[in-house]
Amino acid sequence: MTVLSVRDLTVTYKTLAGPVPAVRQADFDIDRGEVLGLAGESGCGKSTIVNAIFRLLPKGTKVGGSVELNGENILEMKLGRLRAVRWTEASVVFQGAMHALNPVQRVGDQIAEAIVIHQQAGEREALVRVGGLLEQVGLPPRRLNDYAHELSGGQKQRVMIAMALACNPSLVIADEPTTALDVMVQAQVLTLLKELQRELGLAMLFITHDLSVLVEVCDRLAIMYAGKIVEEGPAVEVFTNPAHPYTRALAAAFPSIGDHRFRMAPSGLGGDPPYPGDVPPGCSFHPRCPVAFDECSVTDPQLYPSGEGRRAACLLAKDGATLAARGE
Amino acid sequence: MSDAVDAHRIAPADRGRDPLLEVRDLKVTFAGRLGLVAGLMGKKATDARAVDGVNLTLYPGEVVALAGESGCGKTTLARTVMGLEKPKVGQILFEGNPLRGNLREYRRRVQMVFQDPTAALNPRQTIYESVAEGLRIHRIHRSGDGLAEEEMVARALSRAGMRPPQRFYLLYPHELSGGQRQRVVIAGALVLEPEIIVADEPVSSLDASVRGEILKLLLGLRGELDIAMLVVTHDLGLAWTIADRVAVMYLGRIVEIGPTEEVLQRPLHPYTKALLDVVPEAGGIDRPFLTGEPPDPTRIPPGCRFHPRCPEVVSGAVKTAGVESKCTGTDLGLVELAPGHSVACHLASAAGGRGSAPPPD
Repeated sequence: MTVLSVRDLTVTYKTLAGPVPAVRQADFDIDRGEVLGLAGESGCGKSTIVNAIFRLLPKGTKVGGSVELNGENILEMKLGRLRAVRWTEASVVFQGAMHALNPVQRVGDQIAEAIVIHQQAGEREALVRVGGLLEQVGLPPRRLNDYAHELSGGQKQRVMIAMALACNPSLVIADEPTTALDVMVQAQVLTLLKELQRELGLAMLFITHDLSVLVEVCDRLAIMYAGKIVEEGPAVEVFTNPAHPYTRALAAAFPSIGDHRFRMAPSGLGGDPPYPGDVPPGCSFHPRCPVAFDECSVTDPQLYPSGEGRRAACLLAKDGATLAARGE
Repeated sequence: MSDAVDAHRIAPADRGRDPLLEVRDLKVTFAGRLGLVAGLMGKKATDARAVDGVNLTLYPGEVVALAGESGCGKTTLARTVMGLEKPKVGQILFEGNPLRGNLREYRRRVQMVFQDPTAALNPRQTIYESVAEGLRIHRIHRSGDGLAEEEMVARALSRAGMRPPQRFYLLYPHELSGGQRQRVVIAGALVLEPEIIVADEPVSSLDASVRGEILKLLLGLRGELDIAMLVVTHDLGLAWTIADRVAVMYLGRIVEIGPTEEVLQRPLHPYTKALLDVVPEAGGIDRPFLTGEPPDPTRIPPGCRFHPRCPEVVSGAVKTAGVESKCTGTDLGLVELAPGHSVACHLASAAGGRGSAPPPD
């Protein structure tokens, strides 16, 4: 069953310097019990997609296409319906748990607030549920009386996860949930998220620039570059056998320890990602692409099928092969 | 791969040269703080032992990665090497001479590259001024080979990959991308022709696709200019990519050090193994990891400092080997168990090193 279906989503910010297209024709689905990873560098449009799903974009932003959550188009919802849907059907675990909690309110009350607002329970009943939620994320229920400063970074992120689960959503969006955390704590939080997701059958959109984290947690991966999804497919396959040169470059930034191809041989891309308001013509990646040819500067590639359940927006992928298969 | 050849030119085994930098039994503490009430009640604050007895040697042209969790003291160690923190005990020797008094000359020869280039550059200075600042502070008007200031700046910028350098002179940091800013920071270090670069997480604030280029640049500098590097990182993948040797720190001390291939493929310390276990990899996350947060440097446990979190203690392996009382009671230093590969672990010592190491996968 499809929980989230994004079709042809286009987001254009209004700025003093003119319209800036931040997301261009994004297309993806997330089924119940499925985790989709969205990867890309800063400025590629990942967070804009999150804001579009929750309709949190600034006034004047042009949004095209459709975002269907459990069959309802969010972009056309009335405000009251939208408020009801936020958190009960879709919730977010934000990045930077450090700053997302209110420092002068007990964490239990902050989680209970969502439950009470959405009229699922009275205050006392809500607090009982909060205790259960904290237990679910691996914290002793008595920690609901704590303030944010009494918790460590990992514990705060656990509270954020409990908060996201408070109203039994069917979709949870995790926006860089582990970036500010230490390696060991990151592993704990990732394991917790994955366990909860499996247990509750959640649909999940997992956003980060760290491709190695995504491969571990996600079923499918979508790679974004300059506002467009340039490759999509089963996570491990996309990571280990990319069809798009950009995916390959991203994957190389997360070397596998013990693999002698990476030893003393860092590889990266020359140049920088384009400014969203000034995307090159043709394939937006062609100026940085190591395998670009003449046509790339003219033709903007569509997402071509590049294997079973895979798509890649690269003229080289037109014949349906991955980079390795072509000997590139 | 020419990079790879360059790297092995200075393989740790055939390093016949004198050490460039030596850190001997270094300890750095930060004064503990107490609340007013606790202070009035006569309690005493405990100092945080951020670096607690570190020995480390850096050879010319060598890249050493310093890895560990946040709070393990790796940044404090790097800052102390730079002379930015004062050691409480211990010595730092540069070319065999202990550092003391006037550090001006030392600070020219040992340069630091910080994590966040945006914070490291003055937003109101042009790129030229940022790079030339070091020269002006050190009153260097002409380089050893007779270049004037402008030529030195141009050379540093182009060595850092900003070509043609003149194009960037009058730009301000906000006009550059993150990767370019880090190149400017590196150029600012290079212009003084240092022998050592201390880099604190040099790429962690950069976009993934740009990181490789900066690492390539750093490795190239080592190959071309024979600059030694101490790279502080939490990312073992980065250590695998560029380091000759890896030192793993835990609670202020190096618990394992050795050639990168050895330490990362045949780790001997349970903490190193745990760190390697949490490196995300394709194929799921059903693996053991340490619970709890990194411990508190104001309360370093007795015995082996890692024993309260040690999976080998939990699994009972320590008991079987008969070293449990040592683990909880006897503090230990590094013991060389394989050529150049030292580890501070009672269990590994008891097993004679190789015996306890898992086969490389």
